[in-house]
Amino acid sequence: MYRYDEFDAELVNDRAEQFRRQTARRIAGELTEEQFRPLRLMNGLYLQLHAYMLRINVPYGVMSSRQLRKLAQIARDYDKGYGHWTTRQNLQLNWIQLQETPDILKELASVEMHCIQSSGNCIRNTTADEYAGVAADEIEDPRVYAELIRQWSTLHPEFSFLPRKFKIALTGSPNDRAAVKVHDIGLIMHRNDAGKPGFEVIVGGGLGRTPFVGKTIRKFIETRELLSYLEAILRVYNRLGRRDNKYKARIKILVHETGTEEFTRMVEEEYTRLAGGALEVPQEEIDRIDAYFAPPDYRALPAASETLREKRAENPAFDAWVEQNTHAHKQPGYIIANITVKTPGRAPGDMSSDQMEAVADLSDTFSFGELRVTHRQNLTLTDVEQDRLFELWERLVELDLATANHALIGDIIACPGLDYCALANARSIPVAQEIATRFEDIKRQKDVGPLELNISGCINACGHHHVGNIGILGVDRAGEELYQLQLGGCSREDAALADITGRGFAADKITDAVETVIDTYLELRNDGETFLDTYRRVGMDPFKQKLYDAA
Amino acid sequence: MTLLRRGEVIEDAFASAVGEESLPADGAVIVDLAQWQAQRDALLSRGAPVGVWLRPDDDPRALADDLSKLAVVALEFPAFTDGRAYSNARILREQLSYQGELRAVGDVLLEQLHFMDRVGFDVFEVRSEDAVQAWKTASADIDVWYQPTGDGRKTALQRRWGR
Repeated sequence: MYRYDEFDAELVNDRAEQFRRQTARRIAGELTEEQFRPLRLMNGLYLQLHAYMLRINVPYGVMSSRQLRKLAQIARDYDKGYGHWTTRQNLQLNWIQLQETPDILKELASVEMHCIQSSGNCIRNTTADEYAGVAADEIEDPRVYAELIRQWSTLHPEFSFLPRKFKIALTGSPNDRAAVKVHDIGLIMHRNDAGKPGFEVIVGGGLGRTPFVGKTIRKFIETRELLSYLEAILRVYNRLGRRDNKYKARIKILVHETGTEEFTRMVEEEYTRLAGGALEVPQEEIDRIDAYFAPPDYRALPAASETLREKRAENPAFDAWVEQNTHAHKQPGYIIANITVKTPGRAPGDMSSDQMEAVADLSDTFSFGELRVTHRQNLTLTDVEQDRLFELWERLVELDLATANHALIGDIIACPGLDYCALANARSIPVAQEIATRFEDIKRQKDVGPLELNISGCINACGHHHVGNIGILGVDRAGEELYQLQLGGCSREDAALADITGRGFAADKITDAVETVIDTYLELRNDGETFLDTYRRVGMDPFKQKLYDAA
Repeated sequence: MTLLRRGEVIEDAFASAVGEESLPADGAVIVDLAQWQAQRDALLSRGAPVGVWLRPDDDPRALADDLSKLAVVALEFPAFTDGRAYSNARILREQLSYQGELRAVGDVLLEQLHFMDRVGFDVFEVRSEDAVQAWKTASADIDVWYQPTGDGRKTALQRRWGR
């Protein structure tokens, strides 16, 4: 993975020291809360319902075991001994003391981590496909470009006071696992006719109160020109994005109100002024970064492991986990293992310091000391020998992290909701827990098949409810928490926004409603159809009837 | 208000006629874009330096042909959170090759001086009593830059490759 050189390290250390001085000025009363607010936000520090929340970047979701151990230690020393993995591939700590934050930033800097721009109206942590570099279906490793974007966007002097926050996601594979079409900018790698890699540029996707699937404004931009093109987009947005209304300030509204064609024309015009300029990335720099992402020291192994086959045959629980939680690796004899952080009865994405340390040990033992955070709030060990997968699984069982529900209904995305968040209208975690418990039987989950269920506790949509195959939105109706049900959303390459079923359900009825939807799908589905396939074939009506007519 | 040119406090040689019906009889003056466009010849024949004040939604390219005649371009920050002037500054410096004084006016937060310096501002209208110290702090806080902005500072990439 990428390692800081002296320049990267100096910047992050400088920044931590700068924030120490700013915090001291705030505590001494030299800065008002209003003046301090943008400074703390650009260092990832929010003031939440009960305490300060610190959002720590895991750049493009890649981290080392050493970094994960540091996160575990910080969660233990400065918080309550656990953290929350988010859909932005970050870690949130919910019970932070302002005066201790500078020390936390210093500790993070010691392992090449930071919170720079994890909030505020600036370019946020760039997210990426969690299988980057190891997926069999990948064109090229997108992490090189994610790192280039990380550097370019860090303390960007022109783009630190944008109309609103700005999120970029990218993938090197045609199979989108990074939800790129619902980001401010989404990048999908392709090759041109000459075989050169480049990116399709998608702009103006987003969730929140006005959701949009992004529009392709350029089919192909060469990799060395990527930063120039991004700068052109950001300049158009910074100058013309709406600043009169916070809810209309994202780039999706600018694209929508200007029209895709006119917006594209403006970006292209700005790009002609920037093309081939100082932002062009020299090939030796691409090669320098690429070298950090060189494949680890794989052993020469047969494509399929006999040991793995035997163990699966002997142990049905292991077999079920392998079937559900692993993914094909491009290197013969290796496999990608997903650890779903969705143990029934717990908050999705929550992990204790003990578990983090244990998983860090597992990544050292089984996966070259590296791991990934996914936008579905899970962890991934990318480079496991098939021969040793059973051993890994046994260790995960001991840690209560071997639930075989990856990409099933139990693998729920949920925001922290009203239990933590100052913005939320309704609780998310208890709803997620109840649904996960109702569908706890893995056999039943597998019978239902691939299904993404996403829950947000408010319209800001941190839980991505618009793009869940089943989405749940918590709303407040005259003091009562009510849950709106949505169907047919998708965050993949064929992204779509979900449709609302109708009036919302009370907290004690929403799980029944989800079950009704599932039962209706099971009655209607043709052989081999996923929930999404069936929904796309039959539409909303049959579901609506079952949900509302009986009542 | 204190006027800071990089690390030094300076006297403001310009009077502001922004929003005024008539121009002062003599002396250096700053007008807004509409005034400049309406009274360009009169302003140039006064024989005193002229500056133009741009609001964040003014297009700096409207001044493209006149920049060599202007002593000051002042870019307004109506609120410190309004970052449009950062883009306008770079357009003036890097695309229109403006060489004169580029002044940051309005809600100029000391914590932002560093970013403003990087995009090409050289004069800052600030409220602080201790502007010189604030400038020193802002300039010393961060020494590594990833973005080429035309301010002459070497980026991390250029330093890596010894350029």
